[in-house]
Amino acid sequence: MSLSAPGRFRLVVIGGSAGSTIGLPLILAGLPHDLRLPVVVVRHIAPESTWEFFMRRTDADCALTIIEPDDKEPIFGGHVYMAPPNYHLLIERDYTFSLSVDEKVRYSRPSIDVLFETAADAYGESVIGVIMTGANDDGAAGLKKIKERGGYAIVQDPKTAQVDIMPKAAIAACDVDRILPLERIAEALLELERL
Amino acid sequence: MEDKTDIEQIEIDLLLDAVERRHGYDFREYSRASLTRRLRRLRVDMKKEHISDLIPLVLYGQGVMESLVDGISVTVSEMFRDPYVFKMVREKIVPYLKTYPKVNIWVAGCATGEEVYSLAILFKEEEIYDRVQIYATDINEKSLKKAKAGIYSEDQTKTNTNNYYKSMGRESFNDYYFTKFHKVMMARDLMKNVVFLTHNLAVDRVFNEMQMIFCRNVLIYFSIPLQERVLKLFDDSLCKNGFLALGTKEHIRFSKTEKSFRTVGKKEKIFQKIMPRAGA
Repeated sequence: MSLSAPGRFRLVVIGGSAGSTIGLPLILAGLPHDLRLPVVVVRHIAPESTWEFFMRRTDADCALTIIEPDDKEPIFGGHVYMAPPNYHLLIERDYTFSLSVDEKVRYSRPSIDVLFETAADAYGESVIGVIMTGANDDGAAGLKKIKERGGYAIVQDPKTAQVDIMPKAAIAACDVDRILPLERIAEALLELERL
Repeated sequence: MEDKTDIEQIEIDLLLDAVERRHGYDFREYSRASLTRRLRRLRVDMKKEHISDLIPLVLYGQGVMESLVDGISVTVSEMFRDPYVFKMVREKIVPYLKTYPKVNIWVAGCATGEEVYSLAILFKEEEIYDRVQIYATDINEKSLKKAKAGIYSEDQTKTNTNNYYKSMGRESFNDYYFTKFHKVMMARDLMKNVVFLTHNLAVDRVFNEMQMIFCRNVLIYFSIPLQERVLKLFDDSLCKNGFLALGTKEHIRFSKTEKSFRTVGKKEKIFQKIMPRAGA
């Protein structure tokens, strides 16, 4: 739970869009309750949607605590943090969240690029970025930034993605470390946690 | 090798010191992640290699500050954002405000004015507008000009209209604007009881006693200490039993002012002041 816990990695950020309603719960279900790494998720969703439905469905299978963070909330392991609809979710250098209502990035708010770039700024080489299925190229620039700062990049295999535009854009943007089918992503995160 | 991101943070510290000492705008307690993104974009727009290259412009340049303040502080909004908040204002708060002969409303950080027009419409429909005075303030002069003009892009109309009806609007939303050349111009009479003022939440003070303050999605741009300052300012400005509406992800938890308020809408983030105004 502690921020200074040993290990190479200290944060997982996940981005997904079209198709991730089914894929994301699968990844989360594969993670144990004592996961040391905090998991932060941006999914593109309509402004009026809430996570309640998604969470109720996912909570049953997910051992971690799923929450929508408030502004300036500190980041802890054992949690999955979901970006609230109609806000960008950013990570501060003191390992807290902040939110913004800045203009959309890649037609999206929340935007995956915004989360990934600020995660890279704050956590440097200790970030694992994961790009899932999706229908636009949001996240590609953010994943590139994570790689530039020495972090680790995982992309869902476009062949197993419901919509392959987002994973393909991410793969084209940078030298990703792993391209994995959906069902192997949780397992890879657990391996990386042990490093 | 030195970490470029760390060096960039030093540059930002120096730039913000220069801005504060030369022009009096204090952005040092703004949320750093968002500010960093904005300064990076400003650096690109101004075709500079480093953020520190903006420092000479701040010190010696003419008219640079307006674009700098604009680049740092411009925010976007929509009308009746979070319609359920306006529904609560309409149904629960307005009946209370009606007990006052004169109602002062402060929209703090009004940006380009979408919320000001939303409130003017709401108060008009609830037949209280004639005794309302709205003070709409922002640090950003460009935004204030836009708010005053009340001209918006047509793209937002669909969202605004949907929000309006969800907020329990009583009339027909398109009665409140004219469309011309893909722009939407808000009806002028909505601005009858609105005054737009420059006010900087980071340094300026109380300027009147308020019955209600709207400050939604502004505190998220501030660090905790600056949030504390602003909440104190609101506490000092509100009359006893006055209301405060914050953004739906903002809160007064952990703030010293928390004890002055009771929660009226947990989800809506509407609070009522239960203590008398200091010095009143």
